[in-house]
Amino acid sequence: MEDSPKIFPLGDNCLTVDFGNEIAIELNDKAIALTNQFTKDPFPGFIEAVPAYSSLSVFYNIVEVREHFSEFDSAFAAVAWLVRASLEYPDKLVKSERRAIDVPVDFGGAAALDIGVIAERSAMSPANVIDLFTARTYRVYMLGFLPGFAYMGEVDERIAVPRKDSPRTKVPKGSVGIASRQTGIYPFESPGGWQIIGRTNLEMFSPDRDSPCLLAPGDEVRFVPLARS
Amino acid sequence: MSLVFKKPGILTTVQDLGRTGWRSLGINPNGVMDAAAARIANAVLGNSDSAAVLEFHFPAPEIEFDADTKIAIAGADFGARIDGTDLQNWSSAFVKEGSLLKFAKPGFGRRGYLSVEGGLQVHKWLGSSSTNLAARVGGCSRRELIAADRIECATAPDTAPALKIGQSIMPPYSRFPTIRVIAGNEFEFLTAIAERSLLLDRFTLTNDCDRMGYRLAGTPLHLLDDLQMVSSAVTFGTIQILPDGQLIILMADHQTSGGYPRLGSVASVDLPLLAQTGPGDGLSFSPISIEEAEWLALQFEKELKFLRVGCKFRNQNDHH
Repeated sequence: MEDSPKIFPLGDNCLTVDFGNEIAIELNDKAIALTNQFTKDPFPGFIEAVPAYSSLSVFYNIVEVREHFSEFDSAFAAVAWLVRASLEYPDKLVKSERRAIDVPVDFGGAAALDIGVIAERSAMSPANVIDLFTARTYRVYMLGFLPGFAYMGEVDERIAVPRKDSPRTKVPKGSVGIASRQTGIYPFESPGGWQIIGRTNLEMFSPDRDSPCLLAPGDEVRFVPLARS
Repeated sequence: MSLVFKKPGILTTVQDLGRTGWRSLGINPNGVMDAAAARIANAVLGNSDSAAVLEFHFPAPEIEFDADTKIAIAGADFGARIDGTDLQNWSSAFVKEGSLLKFAKPGFGRRGYLSVEGGLQVHKWLGSSSTNLAARVGGCSRRELIAADRIECATAPDTAPALKIGQSIMPPYSRFPTIRVIAGNEFEFLTAIAERSLLLDRFTLTNDCDRMGYRLAGTPLHLLDDLQMVSSAVTFGTIQILPDGQLIILMADHQTSGGYPRLGSVASVDLPLLAQTGPGDGLSFSPISIEEAEWLALQFEKELKFLRVGCKFRNQNDHH
């Protein structure tokens, strides 16, 4: 029997299921699997489920939940029960589709705003930093901060520089950043404090596209250096 | 017919009850700050609950109506006047073609709502009319209103005496409301002194209060541990403690995830009270159980349903 997760209210129309406060693939797998389960087989009153690094949050309409699960003292108790019931049979949970996505990145010139800082802090050449960065496949743990902004990991410890002390007021669209063991891509221009290693011209967020965000939780991302002429 | 914006006002946007279903992609719901005001304004006109409305601040917009229609104003009282005649909040009113709606003074509250019969017609994105200012999507032309903008809506005949709603459903607005809070996962990490401060002190709203969040000023609160949190979902009403011990309450334009300890969540029935406060106002907090918070939310839903049925009946009879 696995440890049961902590379940607590996030307001009166949402609860969070916390599998453990850490960045770990198996916890993230659970969060995504349970999200998929509820999305595929929604209970009456289900609004949406949102996976994060090691938790998921389930939003619901309390009027509908109370109507359908009137034997519980609260909508919270009913949804918490639904969560526990789904977790009793982990094998039945919907496995996530593991999409592999290549992201072409320009690691040179004006695109790599902080490559100098990263190289200096890591005590290696910019070329070595880029080699280490592109050697790995990164998992999309979750999206947040901005529409289409994927939190990915884990960055090689040797180049895992912390975010900037004071954030930039404008990070250009498509910038690829590092913040400790995490990496992410700014979907459009915004303020931000991550150390910028390069830039992609892939549209991470495109509101008029059928699926407006390119990446989804569970995806596997590779950064491919763009050949520079 | 259209609403024609002679003056845009400050950060006037089109909003509905929010764009849900997309948080897992980082797409935040947005939507009205004061859902009670917006829903009541829609109810008195017989609109659908989630019809798009205008959210405005003071200085408020000046709007010309290029055809006859019916409107309702709710939330903040900015002294609405149509062609020089006072217009009451929380009631429906018929406006004639060519009328000009102005707002005279910031009487009470921070955010006003204007609903128009049939709802504001803007291009929906992912099923919602709400404006997402950060991503520049939704609403009227994907942004806040500017001068000379036009928003389409339906015309309505002058058929009826104005509908005015009863007091009981109106939120008990105050510049110094007591906000009921459901304890969050990290509440237990507050020191005993910090817990006492949270529940007994008054917190002041700083100038850093907008649709994304309200930063409060008060005695700094301390946690028993230096909690290192991995990011997880946050929502409208989540109360987080910042590294300097001050509080931030996330509002309608919140991000979908956050990494600061969550001390609690505002009971949803008290979010409208929060929406009508602003810089210089003050808050107190009082604890509420999840069961009580749900019960209050259900009570509001019942009253609103009752109001909707009543208004629909009146509006239908008017059309005879």
